[in-house]
Parts: sequence; C-alpha cells; structure tokens
Amino acid sequence: MSTRVPPGTFAAAALIARKDLAIEFRTRSAFLAAIVFSLLAIVIFFFAWDATAVNAVDLAPGVLWVIFTFSGLLGLHRSFGVEEADRAIDALLASPVDREAVFLGKALANLLFVLGVQALAIPAVALFYNLPLSRVLGPLVGIAVLAAIGLVSVGTLFSAMAANTRLAELLLPVLALPFFVPIILPAAQSTARLLSGRPIAEAMSWLRILIAFDIVFVVACALAFPFTLED
Amino acid sequence: MSHAITPIEHIPRTPHAADAPGARPAIEVDALTRAFGRRVAIRRLTFAVNDGECLALFGPNGAGKTTLLRILAGLLRPTSGTAHIAGVKLPGGAEARAVVGLISHQSMLYSALTAKENVEFTARLYGLESPRQAAMRALQRMRLEERAESPVRSLSRGMQQRVSIARAIVHEPRVVLLDEPYTGLDETGAAALSAALESLKRSGAALVLVTHHLGEGLALATHTAIMREGQFIKHEPRGTVELDAYRDVYREAIG
Repeated sequence: MSTRVPPGTFAAAALIARKDLAIEFRTRSAFLAAIVFSLLAIVIFFFAWDATAVNAVDLAPGVLWVIFTFSGLLGLHRSFGVEEADRAIDALLASPVDREAVFLGKALANLLFVLGVQALAIPAVALFYNLPLSRVLGPLVGIAVLAAIGLVSVGTLFSAMAANTRLAELLLPVLALPFFVPIILPAAQSTARLLSGRPIAEAMSWLRILIAFDIVFVVACALAFPFTLED
Repeated sequence: MSHAITPIEHIPRTPHAADAPGARPAIEVDALTRAFGRRVAIRRLTFAVNDGECLALFGPNGAGKTTLLRILAGLLRPTSGTAHIAGVKLPGGAEARAVVGLISHQSMLYSALTAKENVEFTARLYGLESPRQAAMRALQRMRLEERAESPVRSLSRGMQQRVSIARAIVHEPRVVLLDEPYTGLDETGAAALSAALESLKRSGAALVLVTHHLGEGLALATHTAIMREGQFIKHEPRGTVELDAYRDVYREAIG
C-alpha cells in the first residue's frame, strides 16, 4: 500500500514556488517586461539628468528604487494572474496544503523574480551613472535583498486581493504602493549613504527600520493572507 | 445527452487516514445555510451521500448548486449549519481536503505547463508516493498519455477538460465533486469521464454531480435532487425512473 502524506508548509511552499518559476521561465512575459521597463527607466533618467547640477551618487539611489518598485509590481501582478486565468487557484486551495504555504510559495517565487530584476538593474545603473559598485556591492546587495523581502510580502498579499477583481492591474499599485513607502524609504536612504562613501554604520538606523518593517510585513501578511481568499 | 460507458481497468483507491471504516457517510450536510450579504444562496440543506453513491444535482442557474459544491470543497465557509467530509467538519484542515477531488467546467490548469506537469504538481500537493507515475496513470485513464508532454494551451478544450479530470482524480479521492464536468467534452472525452466516474463509484467513492443535462446525471446517479432557490425541492433514490419520465418530474418541480 502506498502512503500519502501531504507536504508540510515549507515543502508545499517550495513546490508552489517551483511551479510559478517554471511558468515564468516558459513564458518569460513578466520578467522580460520588467527588464525592458528597467532599462527604459534608466535611459530616461539618464537623459533627463543634468550632471552639472546633481551628482550621480545623489541621483542613483532614487533611480534604483523607482525601478525596483515599479518593475516588482509587474511580477507581483502576474503572481496571482496565472492562478485566476482558469481558476487554478480553486484547485490549489482545495488541495491539502496550508493557506500559509500558498502565501510563502508565492512570496518566494516573487522574491526570486525581484532579485533577478535587481541583479540586472544594479549593474546597468552602475554602468550608466559610473558608480563605484565594487566598493559597496556587498552591503548594497544586502539592502536590496532586505527591501525585496518587504516588498514581496506586501505585494503578494495585495496581489491575491486584487486578482479576483476586474480592475486588478489598477488596484494592485493603489493598494500596495502606500505600504511600500516604509520599505522604500529606509532602503533608499541606506543606499544613498552607501553610494556617497559614508561608513555602513551611518546607515544602520535606516537598516534597523527596514528590518523591523520586514518582520512586521512578513508576519502580518502571512497571517492576513488566508482571509484574502475567502469569498 | 447520455454517453456510453466503456469498461476500463478498475483501479482500487489508496486508503487514506480519513477513510477509516465507520458508520459516517462520506458527505454529511446538516441545516447548511450560506448567504452572500442579504442574498441567501443555500437554505438549511440537509442530506448525506454514502460511499459508492452518486448524487446527481439538477436545477436552474442560480439555484445554489455551485455554492454547495464550493462549500463541500472547503472553498467557502457555511454561514450556519454544518457539513462534514469523511467525518471532518468543514471547512476542515488538510485531512478533509486530501480526500476530495474537484472538477469544474473551468479547467483549473496552468496553460504554460504540460498536461503531465499539471497532474504531477497536484500529485505532489497531495503527497502521493510516486507523483510522476501517478500522473501518468491518471492521464492514461483519461486516454491522454500521448499528449502528456504537450503544453495545456496547445490542447483542445475537450482535451484540457480531460487533463483537468486527470488532475482531480490523480489521488483517487473518496469524494468527487463535479460541476458541469461534461461541458466542452467531445464524445471520447465524455466516454472517458463517464468510465472514470463509474470506476471511482465502484471503488467506493462518493460523487456529487451538478449538471443541467438530466441524461448524464441519471446515467451515474444512485440518488437525484432538484434544487431551486437554495433548497432541495425533490431528493430521492434514483430508482428505475426513465429519462423522459424524470424530465417531466423536473419540469414540474422547477415550474
């Protein structure tokens, strides 16, 4: 007799994340859109920039975080869009996996999506604005990962809420952007201090805020997520 | 329209924790009510479906049939009353959902993945021991093994529906909930579905089949119910009633 033990929360989350990444790998629609958007934004900011009035290190943090915020939304919107298309979400929710596993799996896939966009956008911004990337790469990656965790937590929750509505594409940014502010603000401030050559200790107060909001958002969104799926 | 049921290999279901023998029916519903705001979709429904029985549920649009199935699938909470699946009160945890298979007229598939990947993903969610082999077995039951590696988006509507059915029965569920499952199926698909459902019923699964087509429902049913405005206005054993006679009963019941 074969045995059947439904996967635990983390194993189920890994299954769901792997499925989402496989779908994105096949279609590449959201990732390509995010990369194209990022490059376009970098080019537009670059040509609108007056190098004699504003230093590159003063402008670059804003450019980076505008790109990360809006390119992330493209992936977040798609996260539950693929579930709603043929009501695959019903089969997922009727399966014996926790609602929390669905949230964690979706958030994990979204995190890898955002990190992938960041991995291409950071070198591109450094190239255009001639940033001293090698000097600050480690801490900058750390800030990007911390911010991405907060962004995808909030974004995954609101993506689930918005997906079931007719105005999902409009509703997601309207709901999510105000909650992105406590993440983007410390991330941009920390990035600015790093790029201007100040010691990492000067950014610690902002990093503490970033970590605190990460914890709050991850916990709150995981707890709130099951209620977003109720009719 | 009724579809000929061709014999297929009988595949016994794998016992599950919630399958433990006992007197409780596979599905028990007691005074179940569900309201959406002020609109009451289901009013104090009470019924039971035992292992190996099939309840065919008929009724006009808006009668509450789909709402009832969504509650039994654990997708909706009752407003009042109770529903049990395999003795577990809904909306229960994983134990109740593990023994339910849900089939709808919507495919519930990921179009970018292949047929096999879709079914295998479900098999993994249900913790089957050999998910790849289980997926292939389910696709073979639906006569789709040759298209197992095709992306779902490249399949016809009928084939997609058959993949969806393979997905729903891959874990050999004790309770199968079907919401207009014949929609979009061609003759081959309809026959494969009828054979798979007959096999599931024979192996002891309890079925609830929602359909507008009286012939399809009566072909599988051990019990029938006609639903209107959230209530069963007629609920009885299938008996030996003929399709034409039941059509008259249905017309009379729904007015």
